[in-house]
Formats: sequence, structure tokens, C-alpha cells
Amino acid sequence: MADQKDFTAGIDSNAKKSPRRIVFITRRTSAQVKAETEDQIQTFPEVLFRAAVAIMMLATALIWIALIFNAPLEGLADPSHTPNPAKAPWYFLGLQEMLHYFPPLVAGVLVPGLVVTALVIIPYFRVNIEADGLFLRDRQKHVRSFYIVATVLTLFLLSFKVYAALVPTLIMAAIMLVAAQSSPQSSSKLRRYLANRPLSYWVMTWFLFELVVLTAIGTFFRGPGWSWVWPWQGS
Amino acid sequence: MAKTVDQYFAGLQQMRVWRSIFRSGTGSSTLKRAHAIQQNVFLHLFPTKVRTRMLSFSATWYLGTLTLGTFLILVSTGIPLMLYYHPSVPQAYADTKDLQFVVSSGMFLRNLHRWSAHAMVFLVFAHMFKVFYRGAYRAPREFNWVIGVILLLITLLLSYTGYLLPWDQLAYWAITVGSNIASAVPLIGNKIHFLLLGGNAVNANALLRFYVLHCMILPLTAIFFVAIHFWRIRKDGGLYSHGSEPPTLRAQAETPTSPKIGAKRGTPATAKGGN
Repeated sequence: MADQKDFTAGIDSNAKKSPRRIVFITRRTSAQVKAETEDQIQTFPEVLFRAAVAIMMLATALIWIALIFNAPLEGLADPSHTPNPAKAPWYFLGLQEMLHYFPPLVAGVLVPGLVVTALVIIPYFRVNIEADGLFLRDRQKHVRSFYIVATVLTLFLLSFKVYAALVPTLIMAAIMLVAAQSSPQSSSKLRRYLANRPLSYWVMTWFLFELVVLTAIGTFFRGPGWSWVWPWQGS
Repeated sequence: MAKTVDQYFAGLQQMRVWRSIFRSGTGSSTLKRAHAIQQNVFLHLFPTKVRTRMLSFSATWYLGTLTLGTFLILVSTGIPLMLYYHPSVPQAYADTKDLQFVVSSGMFLRNLHRWSAHAMVFLVFAHMFKVFYRGAYRAPREFNWVIGVILLLITLLLSYTGYLLPWDQLAYWAITVGSNIASAVPLIGNKIHFLLLGGNAVNANALLRFYVLHCMILPLTAIFFVAIHFWRIRKDGGLYSHGSEPPTLRAQAETPTSPKIGAKRGTPATAKGGN
């Protein structure tokens, strides 16, 4: 390794144009000029104008909503009278739904902690959407791993009777099976798309699916004693 | 002949006072337009140029911009709301009632604040998933993604602390349910719970704490991280568009190499010259 040059050198000695310059480009800190020239547009005024229009359209929509719908306001807070059910804000209802099945340490601390940790480390692992489709390379091995993970997850959710999370998991597993049976040469556009999805895509999509389903269940389908109610049933 | 508005404005821009305020000068040359961004303390967080294809709606859905929009609406409705609000029990509830029935446009202010808050939480989540599915979190943008996660948590906390302020049944029990989760943390759970609420249950102390967090600490923290978030977009080479990263970085992202060989982060932006 020591013999191998770690840099390249060049000399520019056009005395008319510039004084003598010597350039060293090391491999580790190679200066990079543009990757590809691409059409660019001035931020001022074009981009700022578009941003302003986008924000104004949003503001208009929100102002209409604010004029039509009133924010809820219930009776004065009363520590001696617990409403049934007592619900957290909607974005925490997925968590509250989990608290229904698992002990608080798992649902309230472990799961959110793991989710945040996973989100933070995403870019530091080679999870990248240009990677190969999950089932394209080492197909046998990946299909086997998929079956093991899906089975363990299903049994785990079944043993805690978490049907709310089980159904999205099974749907995702079914879609992944379709992906496993597809190839980039497939005639169907959807199948080509699925075949090229990498692992990170599947994990994130499963998480998004669970998040939406659990939050929706907590918001619309839970009544007194956290029992299942239909949205059209009065509480 | 009467002057047009544009001519009046151009005249205004030539005035000494105007030129003393705005460093960028006037004119529509590319240089002057770049200066309008670069010479402005707020706008210099953004790059002077943006890839044209990133302007299409499908590229970003403008989710980051819209999130900023909700934040601006929340600040500008939140400050007037503060003028009518006392963070004490039970005055807080009476103030909220007054906002509904006594204060001019109070109902509208509160409605707009609340629906914008919900919209912001939703938009932040949407922004995160959009960035993920585009792969825009990859090198050299990793740390900006982490800042984004921090901003997601701050947004949730902002919304959560604001939820208590009306001091009605909905607020009280939502915060009770939420804060009880903190007790589940092993060993120090009860201490965290106590620190958060200033007591063992949601009470007047909790209201004051949540008020200070909601109106002071969290917004300032959010602004701090938002500034870094924007600035890093520029320093990391602008809005990510597929295939826009320098070849070595792409190679690094695609094939497993030893970390020694890849390009040093931040180099591309610097080499491009004051990006």
C-alpha cells in the first residue's frame, strides 16, 4: 500500500496566463467538479415566487377550513371525572392502540424508541433505493429469510391477539410474495415495479401501513373501554 | 408622462436609504439575482440556484415548503393568541371561552392555529416519507435527515404541549394519557413524569410548564434546527434529484467500498465555488 501513490500531480506553467501552479489531487480528498451539468434556475425570483404561491394556497385552504370548522372545546378540565375513552392526540393514537395490547414498557417506550433509532440510522446503513430488488440477488436465501421473519412476526402478533397490526402485516407479506414471484422482465408494469423494490422499501412501507392503520383504528374505531365501535355508532 | 409603479419602485431602489438597507443592489442580471439571495441574512440559507427539474410538483410535492408555511401561520396566529391567554387554572379555560365568544376574530384565530397545527404534523410525516421514497437521505445528506427526525420530534412535542393549553376535558385527559407513558420508562420513568408535569398529576404546574415549552423553548429550538436544515440543503449540494450526485459519491452509495476511498463529504459543494 505504501508504494501506491495516493495522489496525482499536475503542472500548469502558462506564464502568460498565470504564475506556475502545481496541483496535487489526493484520492481521499479528491476535488470534485460538477457531476453533470444540469439546467438550473435562479432562486430569486423564480423559486421564491413558487414557494410563496404554494404557501399562499395552503394558507387559503387552511383559512377556509378555519372559517367552516370550529376547534373542539369541551367542559372545564375535571380531574375527578375521566371520560371514556380518554384519547391522546390523533398522532399518538397508533401508540395508544399498541398500549391496548402490550405492556407500557413495550408499547410506550421500546417501540417508539426503536422507531426513532431506526429512523436516525437509516442513512448510515446501506439502505438505499437504488439497491437491487430484495428478491433479485440470492433469491433462495432471501425468500427463506422472508418466510422466517413473516412467520415469527405473525405468530408474535397472534399470541398477543394484535389483529389490528396482523392484517396489514399479512397484506404486506402477500404483496412481497408477489414481488418474489416477479422479475424486472415481467410484462406487467406493477410486477416490474415490485420486483425492483429493495429491503428498505419494504420495511418502511410496512411501517407506514401499520402507522396509518393503527392511527385510523385508534381515531375512528375505538369507544368506551377501548372497545371496537363503528364510526357511525354513537358513543 | 405619468410614471408606472415599476418606475417608482426602480427610483425607490436607487435611493441612498434603500441601498443602505439592502446590500444586494438592484438589477436583473444573474449576478444581482444571486446577490439577492446570497447577500441576505435569511435567504442566504438557500442556494442561489436550484435544479430546474426540482421545481416540478412531482419532485417534492412542495412538502417542505408547505411545512414551513404551516409553521409561519402558527407563529403569526400563536402570538395574538398569547395576548389573550393566561397560563393559570382555571383562568386558561375562561380565556379560551373568551376567545370563542368575546374576542374579535378570536374563534377564527384559534381555529386557524389548531387546524394548522394538525396540518403541520401531517405534513412533517408526509415530508419524511417523501424524502425516504426519493432516497434523498443518502450521502452527503445523512445528517440533514437526522436533523429532520429531530424536527419531527419537536413538531410532535409542540403539538402535544399546545394540546393542554385550552384546559378543557379533552386537553386534560389527552395529556394525562400521554404523560403516563413516560412513567413506563425503566428506573427513571416516574422522575421524567414528575419533571414534565411539575407534579405527580396534570395540574397548574403542568399547564405553566407546557405553556413555556410551547411558546418559548420549543419554537426557538425548532427555528434553530430549521435554519440548520435549510442551510444543509445548500451545503449538501441542493435539493436531491436522482443522479445529481457526483460520480464518486454515487459509486460509494452503490458498491461496498472501504470508507477510506470515497470522496470527502462537503467537498462537492465547496469545489463548485461558494454554493
